Amino acid sequence: MLAYLVRRLLYALPILIGVNLITFALFFVVNTPDDMARMQLGVKRVTPEAISRWKAERGYDKPLFINDEAIGSAVFTDTIFFSKSARMFAGDFGRAEDGRDIAREIVSRMGPSLAIALPTFIVGLLVTVSFALLLTFFRASYLDFWGVVLCVAMMSISGLFYIIGGQYLVSKIWRLVPISGYGGGLDAWKFLLLPVLIGVLSGIGSSTRWYRTIFLEEISRDYVRTARAKGLSELTVLFRHVLRNALIPILTGVVVVIPLLFMGSLLTESFFGIPGLGSYTIDAINAQDFAVVRAMVFIGSVMYIVGLILTDLSYTFVDPRIRFN
Amino acid sequence: MLSLLLLLAACGSEQNDPYPRAERGQNILYSAFTERPKHLDPVQSYTEDEITFTAQVYEPPLQYHYLKRPYTLIPLTSDAVPTPRFYDAKGRQLPADAPTAAIAYSVYEIRIRPGIRYQPHPAFAIEAGGQPVYRDGEQLRDIEKLADFARTGSRELIADDYIYEIKRLAHPRLHSPIFSMMAERIVGLRQLGAALQDEARRMPAGGWLDLDRFPLAGVTRVDRYTYRIKLRGKYPQFVYWLAMPFFAPVPREVDRFYHQPGMAAKNLTLDWYPVGTGPFMLTQNNPNSRMVLERNPNFHGEAYPCHGEPEDRADGLLADCGQPLPFLDKAVFSREKESIPYWNKFLQGYYDASGISSDSFDQAVRLGVGGDMQLSEEMRGKGIRLLTSVRASIFYLGFNMLDPIVGGLAEQPTRLRQALSIAIDQEEFISIFMNGRGIAASSPLPPGIFGYLEGAAGSNPVVYDWVDGQARRKPLAAAKKLLAEAGWPNGRHASTGEPLVLSLDTTSGGMGDKSRLDWLTRQFAKLDIQLVVRSTDFNRFQEKVRKGAVQLYYLGWNADYPDPENFLFLLAGPEGKVAKGGENASNYANPEFDRLFEQMKNMESEGPRGVERLAIIRQALALLQHDAPWIYGFHPTSYTLSHVWLRNRKPTEVGHNTLKYQRIDVAERQRLRQEWNRPVLWPLAVVAALLVAVLLPAAIGYRRRERSTAR
Amino acid sequence: MAPVILWSDVLIWLLVVAAIALGWLSARNPLLRAAWQRVGRNRAGMASATVLLAFVGVGLLDSIHFRSLLESSAGPAAARPAAQAYSVDVLSLLDVALTPLRTRNEKTYSEPLATRAHAKESTEVRAADGRIRQSRDYPRLKYGGAHLGADEAGHDADVGDRLLRASGIAALVWGALAAAMAGGLARAEACSRREAWRRIWRNESDFAGNAVLVAMAVLLLLGLSMAMLATPYHVFGTDKVGQDVLYQVLKSVRTALVIGLVTTLVMLPLSIFLGVVAGYFRGWIDDLIQYLYTTLSSIPGVLLIAAAVLMMQVVIDTHPHWFTTAAERADLRLLALCFILGVTSWTGLCRLLRGETLKLRELEYIQAAQAFGVSDLRIIARHILPNLMHIVIIALVMDFSSLVLAEAVLSYVGIGVDPTMISFGTMINNARLELAREPMVWWSLAAAFVFMFTLVLAANLLADAVRDAFDPRLAGSA
Repeated sequence: MLAYLVRRLLYALPILIGVNLITFALFFVVNTPDDMARMQLGVKRVTPEAISRWKAERGYDKPLFINDEAIGSAVFTDTIFFSKSARMFAGDFGRAEDGRDIAREIVSRMGPSLAIALPTFIVGLLVTVSFALLLTFFRASYLDFWGVVLCVAMMSISGLFYIIGGQYLVSKIWRLVPISGYGGGLDAWKFLLLPVLIGVLSGIGSSTRWYRTIFLEEISRDYVRTARAKGLSELTVLFRHVLRNALIPILTGVVVVIPLLFMGSLLTESFFGIPGLGSYTIDAINAQDFAVVRAMVFIGSVMYIVGLILTDLSYTFVDPRIRFN
Repeated sequence: MLSLLLLLAACGSEQNDPYPRAERGQNILYSAFTERPKHLDPVQSYTEDEITFTAQVYEPPLQYHYLKRPYTLIPLTSDAVPTPRFYDAKGRQLPADAPTAAIAYSVYEIRIRPGIRYQPHPAFAIEAGGQPVYRDGEQLRDIEKLADFARTGSRELIADDYIYEIKRLAHPRLHSPIFSMMAERIVGLRQLGAALQDEARRMPAGGWLDLDRFPLAGVTRVDRYTYRIKLRGKYPQFVYWLAMPFFAPVPREVDRFYHQPGMAAKNLTLDWYPVGTGPFMLTQNNPNSRMVLERNPNFHGEAYPCHGEPEDRADGLLADCGQPLPFLDKAVFSREKESIPYWNKFLQGYYDASGISSDSFDQAVRLGVGGDMQLSEEMRGKGIRLLTSVRASIFYLGFNMLDPIVGGLAEQPTRLRQALSIAIDQEEFISIFMNGRGIAASSPLPPGIFGYLEGAAGSNPVVYDWVDGQARRKPLAAAKKLLAEAGWPNGRHASTGEPLVLSLDTTSGGMGDKSRLDWLTRQFAKLDIQLVVRSTDFNRFQEKVRKGAVQLYYLGWNADYPDPENFLFLLAGPEGKVAKGGENASNYANPEFDRLFEQMKNMESEGPRGVERLAIIRQALALLQHDAPWIYGFHPTSYTLSHVWLRNRKPTEVGHNTLKYQRIDVAERQRLRQEWNRPVLWPLAVVAALLVAVLLPAAIGYRRRERSTAR
Repeated sequence: MAPVILWSDVLIWLLVVAAIALGWLSARNPLLRAAWQRVGRNRAGMASATVLLAFVGVGLLDSIHFRSLLESSAGPAAARPAAQAYSVDVLSLLDVALTPLRTRNEKTYSEPLATRAHAKESTEVRAADGRIRQSRDYPRLKYGGAHLGADEAGHDADVGDRLLRASGIAALVWGALAAAMAGGLARAEACSRREAWRRIWRNESDFAGNAVLVAMAVLLLLGLSMAMLATPYHVFGTDKVGQDVLYQVLKSVRTALVIGLVTTLVMLPLSIFLGVVAGYFRGWIDDLIQYLYTTLSSIPGVLLIAAAVLMMQVVIDTHPHWFTTAAERADLRLLALCFILGVTSWTGLCRLLRGETLKLRELEYIQAAQAFGVSDLRIIARHILPNLMHIVIIALVMDFSSLVLAEAVLSYVGIGVDPTMISFGTMINNARLELAREPMVWWSLAAAFVFMFTLVLAANLLADAVRDAFDPRLAGSA
């Protein structure tokens, strides 16, 4: 088990390096240091002199990958790539172009992101799984048919419409919750209600349908027939047998997502004015703040890899037959 | 379901109040900001988003009078608006009316009032021995934000603080946007910059550069409350700069305090926690969601002005005459990135006023009878007021004068530019896209700026006819005729028959939006000219403009200070973008205009010189109208909407320290908010009914099925 | 006229060719043929296929582009042998068909089917005594309901009359189509027309003809009504600059189809090739390919897309001479977007194919083929690829709708299609501010919503039908 974990972690290293190289290359083509300087220095009265001063001060006047003028290992270390990217492995994300410490910013924004993403995820999972079980229970009846139609209809609506419509109805016309904003502590629930509701609603369609197919597949197996023959009630069959055996395919899709919840949602956060990581990312893209985007990409990949490992681990809990050697 | 129950339990009104319940009924102003401020350090902040905050905290020597128009400078911390003394190259003093050419130096002596104190701040906390309490990184361990410092102090404002800030303009790590410009003017600033750069290179990153060790020749301390600034030549616009945060005081101990090791890692920097003498202090700084300004207990006091424009009395703006400022205890600014929530919260009464110049409120206002703006019936019923003022800015469609087709001062391209100036119907643009929030421009100068002319005299004779006391855009036929004279009859080259294809560069924020592009294409099509629009991101756009690789481009300019020089320099030859990297993006260079510009730029607008200056400006404008290096677009009108409970609000375009004048009728706000925000509860019942309607058949079905399997 | 061949046009027509080739191949392969027949029996699937075909028709019409010749200027100058000059406007066949919609622009907003503008305006009227008076009213539209003249009260009657006529024509056309279908079936199954007719309605034939006919009836009714009303009125109103919303919605269809289809075209070869190679050869090749797709899929998608789109934009901006028209620029950006979406979404399919190949190569007959020394290429082509086809087809139809939805979100974030290109995303993005207007402007958003919803719903239903028909695991249970 431990050996397996170590192996997976070692395997993650080249992936992270690859991710870094790709983002670095992409963003430096888009955003030359000159662009960054100009973006940060503003619009008015920017002189070439001010730009070169800015670059020198931020260390963007070095060569990209290989420094011909340096000696020894400095050939690689005294470059933009090394100074800006490699330090991330040590957890040092540097500073955003506006001078704020990125690691600190990420920590402070993680809370709001999770406050939205976690309830959305849990409530969503509960609602969709029970809805899917309901449909499975009533399979091949009018309830199942219209349930599936509803699911397909719901997944055919763009997420933008859910947000626009939800804000319009619930906040504007019915005045039930604040239309946007975020508050810490106990006050937070009224801000979270609507985004969570919308998040759950927009996810219902596709997930329910997916779970339903998984359950249907399980229910046609022999052991289910045996269980029924034993005289177990349909509900017991569904919850005790079908749900448990369907867990592996469900886990494959679900566990990978959990660490990524930290990253927040781009759309929800900016529409609802929630100061989480999603809106941080959007702001960084718009402001072409390379340092922040790079940090977010790095964290995103780390979280993804963590998710993969967690998925594997979760299998062992669900199905004791699976062992790692 | 639990949350639904909670909701029903607390079923009073204002379920949608986005603020903590405890804040209700307090003297707090609520507003919003869309773009997060990047820098709050006075040497760096330059954009409007930033000055909204810095102007309330920092006090430069001068300010603009809140009510008087045209904008008038009055003392803020100084005892008078300084008048310069002039000297020639040999150091002899010259009379005030000496010719510009003879003046080698001007000296401004600024005397600040004694007794002004800073806001409470840990940097001023002093031990018995006079040493600052927080002087090494040791005490920082348990500190996360500024409020965590147990001890604070204050001290009196002195002249050295102002001098220290002027030196900071040259600081190599601060990148002040006005450094290059001021280095041309303030004696010794460039040398100081070079010296500091040398020193900074030798120092570890993040170390403290004690500016007191470096002399600045042009700025001298006279006594505890007086300092002098020596400028090269004559620069009457300098007093306007003295009203900007660039010249606000920064105490040396504060700079030192923020440079202790470990401070920057906790985001404790002057860039984020400004320290000033102003009426408010920034106590909460979370630019992602919330910024809070609170009343500064040490504020030196100021009285609400008693004089203004004639209509101010009728508008109730003089009712608070002589009352002590500020009125508010606190001002809360929330970040609102999306316009729909912003607008709706305003309508619900959760913002007291729209932010200045926020485009999201565009939708509310529309052009009324006779061109004035009006609110919808519903909004007037709510008591919402609309305040408008024309901004000191211009949006224009510039021609690159170096371009072979549209550029050059020759007869033909000039005709082409004039034809396009007529064809592009700015009035229609303003009415469609700006909802009437703007006035069509006739020259670079917006109203309210010295040199702007009303009526027939100000109308651009190339584009407009003056009919029935109104400017009327020339008919399209006139444009077609000009186009033919330019050698492109019906949009075809007179000799080769090649169609005229022009390209316009813009940013996606400027003209890049789809409907605007369509509209613009149609305007060009009226003359059978084909327009290719290339919208790019801002950096790329700037690069193209810098290289002169554009034909037409779309840009705007916001004035730094209300003086015609600040607009006309955008077309001065020596400011050429391609040649000099200046601000003249059109690369317009007309020697005659340059001569006139040189003449007028250092003249005073007051007194006998003013008449002379006006005459020169009129000549210059006539030249610009004929040469048409720009299609003068429009001067946007900024407007604020404010609720009935917000008092003393007058739009201003140059002064930003306006928060101290605002007053709120808290009881009225409370009453109206409650009235407007009664929740509608029947949808909850409907949802519950629906749930039952779905679950009931399911339950019945389940029972039936169970029974059948049991059998 | 000078034809303009846009890259996306090429790819779209290539897709049409590929679809025909796939049809031909499927007809020869008994397994695939049976699967397609199962799709044909699925009523929801066939109804949505009919709707989709209508969308595809619009999209294809919009994929033949040309530049029209500029009329040479009148006057003596015209006598000289002027060089052929073409407009910079690139038009498509659809644009030509919709010329009235495209050119009849009002000044600004107007409601659906309105004769007057959405907002009051003050106009100057010269009164009888020669003085200018200002009056404030809703101005008449330049085109909307112009044929009514002063008789605005006749608006409702006119609309009703046109709707009635549209339904009449629709009934006629539908009758003809239905008769043709019954005739076809009668000939195929060698029975009487009446019998064929009965079989269609009782759903006893091998083809869900009744669903197709119902879908056609609805399409014809709506389409013809719109066509009848579109010329004299603005069926979905006009937008901020007075452009007809119906025109924009129809133009968005092609963008959505390109995003949905070309993207899969881009990603297919990559994922099939890499997936099969990784699964078949295993060893270090497998490791390398796995490394590649894990790395790519571990980068948060939006960020990768943002970076790549911005990079593409830089390339486009620095090479303005590549493009003679704005349409070509926008097209390249659209293609780039497709390509990038393809790159970010190929990993899922690649992983699936790799797994399936791993399973297949252990099968006895493939082991046997290897033992007999059949070349790897031949084994892959003859035995593995055909057995992967169902996964590929399912992935293709399943991805379509999510890609169309993704476009809207990306355009909202600002990394979608070129802002000058009409798409559902840009329409929603522009329209969402209009909701805040007083009184509200809802029709742009509503039109975009209805069309996008119909398209995606149809695609989803067809995808369901295809998956049910092709997925062997579900073959029994469906």
